[in-house]
Amino acid sequence: MGTTDAGRGGSVGPVAVIVAAIVLLWYALAVWLNAPGAIERVLNPRGAWDWTDLVQTTWALQRPVLPAPHQIALDFWSSLVDWPLDSPRNLMFHVWVTGQSTLLGFVMGTVLGGVLAVLIVHSRTLDRALLPWVVASQTIPVLAIAPIVLVILGSLGFSGVLPKAVIAMYLCFFPVTVAAVQGLRSPQRIETELMHTYAASRWQALWLLRLPAALPFVFPSLKVAIAAGLVGAMVAELPTGAQAGLGARLLTGSYYGNTVQIWSALVMSALLGLALSGAMAGLEQWVLRNRRRS
Amino acid sequence: MSSVLIETPAATPAVVPTARRAVEVRAASVIYPAADAPVRALQEVDLTIAQGEFVSLIGPSGCGKTTLLRVIADLEPISGGEVLVNGVSPREARQARAYGYVFQAPALFPWRTVLANVMLPLQIQGRAKDEALAVAREQLGRVGLAQFENKYPWQLSGGMQQRVSIARAMAFEPRILMMDEPFGALDEITRDGLNEQLQQLWCRERRTVVFVTHSISEAVYLSTRIVVMSPRPGRIVKVIESRLPDERHLGLRDTPEFMQMAHEVREALADGHH
Repeated sequence: MGTTDAGRGGSVGPVAVIVAAIVLLWYALAVWLNAPGAIERVLNPRGAWDWTDLVQTTWALQRPVLPAPHQIALDFWSSLVDWPLDSPRNLMFHVWVTGQSTLLGFVMGTVLGGVLAVLIVHSRTLDRALLPWVVASQTIPVLAIAPIVLVILGSLGFSGVLPKAVIAMYLCFFPVTVAAVQGLRSPQRIETELMHTYAASRWQALWLLRLPAALPFVFPSLKVAIAAGLVGAMVAELPTGAQAGLGARLLTGSYYGNTVQIWSALVMSALLGLALSGAMAGLEQWVLRNRRRS
Repeated sequence: MSSVLIETPAATPAVVPTARRAVEVRAASVIYPAADAPVRALQEVDLTIAQGEFVSLIGPSGCGKTTLLRVIADLEPISGGEVLVNGVSPREARQARAYGYVFQAPALFPWRTVLANVMLPLQIQGRAKDEALAVAREQLGRVGLAQFENKYPWQLSGGMQQRVSIARAMAFEPRILMMDEPFGALDEITRDGLNEQLQQLWCRERRTVVFVTHSISEAVYLSTRIVVMSPRPGRIVKVIESRLPDERHLGLRDTPEFMQMAHEVREALADGHH
């Protein structure tokens, strides 16, 4: 809303320059990092070579240290068009698997965060009792807690999407809780007193005042949470030796030293993260379309 | 109940029959504890307001006029004395939805349309949606904002927002309307217009109004009785009965009677300030 058309148009140039600079740097890095391998494995056995050969080889290795952008782009594209949607070689198949646990975990995390925030806001005791645990929970690395959660849920007979969603939820609920607590406490005194003069119940004050007032605080946290949930879902795929999902794709890529595959999966997860938080931004704009508070 | 319309609220507080007392304040004190000396926001205040009266509380800042109103509205507890609203405690009166309160700021919810804002108290009372809609539309019409019902608060001027908040306070037809410097933040021209509308509204419906202001001409123009207060400690220094007719217009402010009353209020304020 804040950006004017002129501002948006003016930012295209600088953005293009930065993107071009990154791509150039990337190609240069690829030459530098892949050169030793290229010389040893490809060029020396072949005989005499010059600089052109070196550059061309470093940009086309089978298992480069750093793949060149066009290698990643080609692998990415071919996975999308050369394989059917239900094939593990198609990245969309993995997006579907990881997206499922991300979304389920995000919904669970948002609900958990919202419920915690409502409890914290309404009870001084819970404010003191719950908040430290909420904060402490985030100091445990997700990589450490993921196998434990998977083992425990597995022994209880839960498998498939749910254990992964639980780990995504673990990363999602924290930003939502913090933002929702702040948002539920955002109504001004005069607004609270207005509800008081109407003899409104706590439930009515929550539903008619606190919740709508909290929405502008909660939405930015949802954008953060859904991206965090994606990380959680991918991490959850690592310790299970899962066969599907973007995390599993990263793992198999590193097993076989297939760096190009790792990079395409990374690009895909970045795009998925952008799409998910973009969807949240769209939802935010739609829900808050009539708000303007200054 | 609405048939208890008082022709002229000439009755002095002492002779108001109990049944017709809208507000009764007896020796009410509000004391805020402080590190050195406790702040006496209100000291032993006595005031009786009959049904249908328009009473203004006027005084310099710190005189306790807002505190007194907030005590009557159960927004603030008293440290001593007794307060009755419609014969019951302020808390019971509030729970019985006896009064509508208009704050200094409009306090409209920015996510609700003008119409939905006016419907808010009705929604809280659990009225049927059709009925609430009809009532809210009628109240908006009475403050002259019928054609703005689908606007959002930020699309209206400050004066219009405050009119919406008055319509909202009137929506559930409370017997008492409490207003805390409702026009304090508005420019004088807007304020004059709203004063005129409010006066006509009172004249038409004869609801009890308790009105806090620091404007002498506003108090004189609107009130049937003016309560002059003074600070440190907050107390009532004088109660002035209005000699103006019930039906008023802005031109009245240039008459000798009006100026005489304004003078009286000014004197009382000066006396209280010693």
